[in-house]
Amino acid sequence: MSMGAALSSSRGVHTSRRTHDVPQPSAAGTSAAAAQGPAGQSMDAQEVAKFEAMASEWWDPDGPNGALHTMNPLRTQFARDAICLAHGREARTVQPLRDLSVLDVGCGGGLFSEALARLGADVTGVDTSATAISVAATHAQADPAVASRTHYQNATAEQLQQQGAHFDAVVASEVIEHVSNVPEFCASLVALTRPGGSIVVSTINRTNRSYAVAIVGAEQIMGLLPKGTHQWERFITPEELQEHIERAGAERIGDSGMVMNPFTGHWTFSADKAVNYIMSFRKPAEQQRNP
Amino acid sequence: MRQAVKEHLLLSYRRPLSSAASLDSIYDVAIIGGGMVGSALACALGRSPVTEELRVLVVDKVPLPEISAPGADPPELRVSTLTPASVRLFEESGAWDSMAPPRSAAFRHMQVWDHGGNGCVRYSAATVGLPVMGYVAENRVIQAALGQTLRSRRSVVDYVSPASLQTLTLPAYAPDLHSGMQSNELAEIGLDSGQTVRARLVVGADGSRSRVRELADLRTFSWSYHQRGIVATVRTQHPNDTAWQRFLRTGPLALLPVRGSYSNVVWSTSVAEAGRLQALTPQAFALEVNQALQGGCMPARNPLLPGASSDSFIPPPTVYAADGAASQQSFPLALLGSGRYVRPRLALVGDAAHVVHPLAGQGVNLGFADVGQLAAALAHAVETGRDIGDLGLLQEMYEAPRQSENARMMTALDSLKRVFAPQDGLLASLRGLGLDLLNGSGVIKRQIMRYAMGVA
Repeated sequence: MSMGAALSSSRGVHTSRRTHDVPQPSAAGTSAAAAQGPAGQSMDAQEVAKFEAMASEWWDPDGPNGALHTMNPLRTQFARDAICLAHGREARTVQPLRDLSVLDVGCGGGLFSEALARLGADVTGVDTSATAISVAATHAQADPAVASRTHYQNATAEQLQQQGAHFDAVVASEVIEHVSNVPEFCASLVALTRPGGSIVVSTINRTNRSYAVAIVGAEQIMGLLPKGTHQWERFITPEELQEHIERAGAERIGDSGMVMNPFTGHWTFSADKAVNYIMSFRKPAEQQRNP
Repeated sequence: MRQAVKEHLLLSYRRPLSSAASLDSIYDVAIIGGGMVGSALACALGRSPVTEELRVLVVDKVPLPEISAPGADPPELRVSTLTPASVRLFEESGAWDSMAPPRSAAFRHMQVWDHGGNGCVRYSAATVGLPVMGYVAENRVIQAALGQTLRSRRSVVDYVSPASLQTLTLPAYAPDLHSGMQSNELAEIGLDSGQTVRARLVVGADGSRSRVRELADLRTFSWSYHQRGIVATVRTQHPNDTAWQRFLRTGPLALLPVRGSYSNVVWSTSVAEAGRLQALTPQAFALEVNQALQGGCMPARNPLLPGASSDSFIPPPTVYAADGAASQQSFPLALLGSGRYVRPRLALVGDAAHVVHPLAGQGVNLGFADVGQLAAALAHAVETGRDIGDLGLLQEMYEAPRQSENARMMTALDSLKRVFAPQDGLLASLRGLGLDLLNGSGVIKRQIMRYAMGVA
């Protein structure tokens, strides 16, 4: 479900509707899209429908997810370092995540999942779009080394939580800005993490700049994204994200801005967190009671 | 029959590197061509802790040569100039010690002058604060040193020979069509033994007539210089530490130290003249070389540029026939480039991607620079969980930087070649003035030098 690289374009979608500007409660079970996907999700149903329409273009680097392709090495590097830090491992080695279980929430076509699998992790990718899951599973088949370390499920974080699943690390990249109940979503991420494990979240900040870049620039002026791809009001500031996750029982390790050079498409880490940013957390080794 | 198979297996177990009998079904990197550039890549992957465990297959028609004691025999005809940048790649790969002097020769000076006495430029390593300008080594020595390093990497590197590429299947790729989801199937190579293996990345290191390039349907551009290069081994009275190059009316002649008091002659000339020179006895050929190096006019003070020229000119040494050396041979001179170096799951390196005029001895160094760049790109990919055969990775981190660099060198060598094309009169004088200006201008001279040495 990841999508939110601020400048990713979306040629495939022309008819997506604007959803309500205020976050909705998580009772998505009654909506049309939720009927074809799993129930009990905090993912907004109309958001799901948007991504369903463009799922076949997940692996086209020149397609609507182009910015995710170019961002992928950077977020992988950040996640690798955060997970290695939490698990006491050296990061710049062959398969530093070997034998660690990682959950990729909102895995989409599997871009992030495959990268983490190549670093040795045993990755479970979940997404509310059945099409995306099918694309991800098919794509992974080409390389046995990737296929053996990726497992995709059409499910939500909440469903996995109900199944009692736990992972050494949980990542949610470019997805939280599309969920309808952010606190509940954050609580799921933490609950799915083993004590001592790490959580990595990347998303778009809610600033004047992100409004200018993601909404006015990308959607209204440049037409890179169909209108309604993002609702600026749903964007989450680093402070809010930190508060939600910490309330759920994990502590912040570090964060970074991620900035794309619009001319080269090249992403770099930056102190500037006004648009895209990524943040890592660690769940304390001692089991803590979640609020 | 069964007996024969059994013996084959037994033999294969005794071989230093894996034989065709024990190939994996999937390799990370399959290198077609185990020559200097292909072997250098297989070695260079060992220099980084993140790439040293990549499973590598090297396919070649001939087995790896064994390393030999620093030779007393005359050197072989085929030699390469190694820039400090290439030497650094070999040092990092652990192959340099087996090709360093006395197996090869260092040169500390380079002198370029022309036949008409119009100009001279002399470079010294000390000018840029380095101990040497470069080395000259027999290809056989480079190959054997790389082979020794490959043997030390036998736990991850399989070298299969004699074998050749028959088929190559790459993921579907239609750059002009917006095809949506790109295929990421692994590449498959078929060998003449009938075996097939799959690979995440296939590297074409199979030379200027690359079969990989042909099978991948990559287009090339090329032109012939309508000249041939004569190579020969000669001897000098004393060990020589200068790379000498003189522009004759018919083309450039280079005299390079190889080992001990042996030197190598690379003489570019017209096709007819090459035929005549090739037919000469070694003694008669040596006389021709001396005539070419010492005849004509030695550089005089340039009237257009008083004070700048000829001060540093040093007369070249007299050469003698090298007893026991192979007689002189010749090869055609051409320029060739591949429009693209990469496709999904494919990269071309070395002469498979570009062939330059041998004028400045840059050819194989461009190939070694390809190797350094590609190995770094693969290390980056492994570190960040990228597919090593991903087109975007190969384009951004290998093709783009190498293509612009190689194009720069190809253009520079081609225009140098054209400036120094056989001619008399005014152009020759201007050329001489150019050399003198170059010799007089420390800054430009140092820049050119550092560039040629691969340290710029």
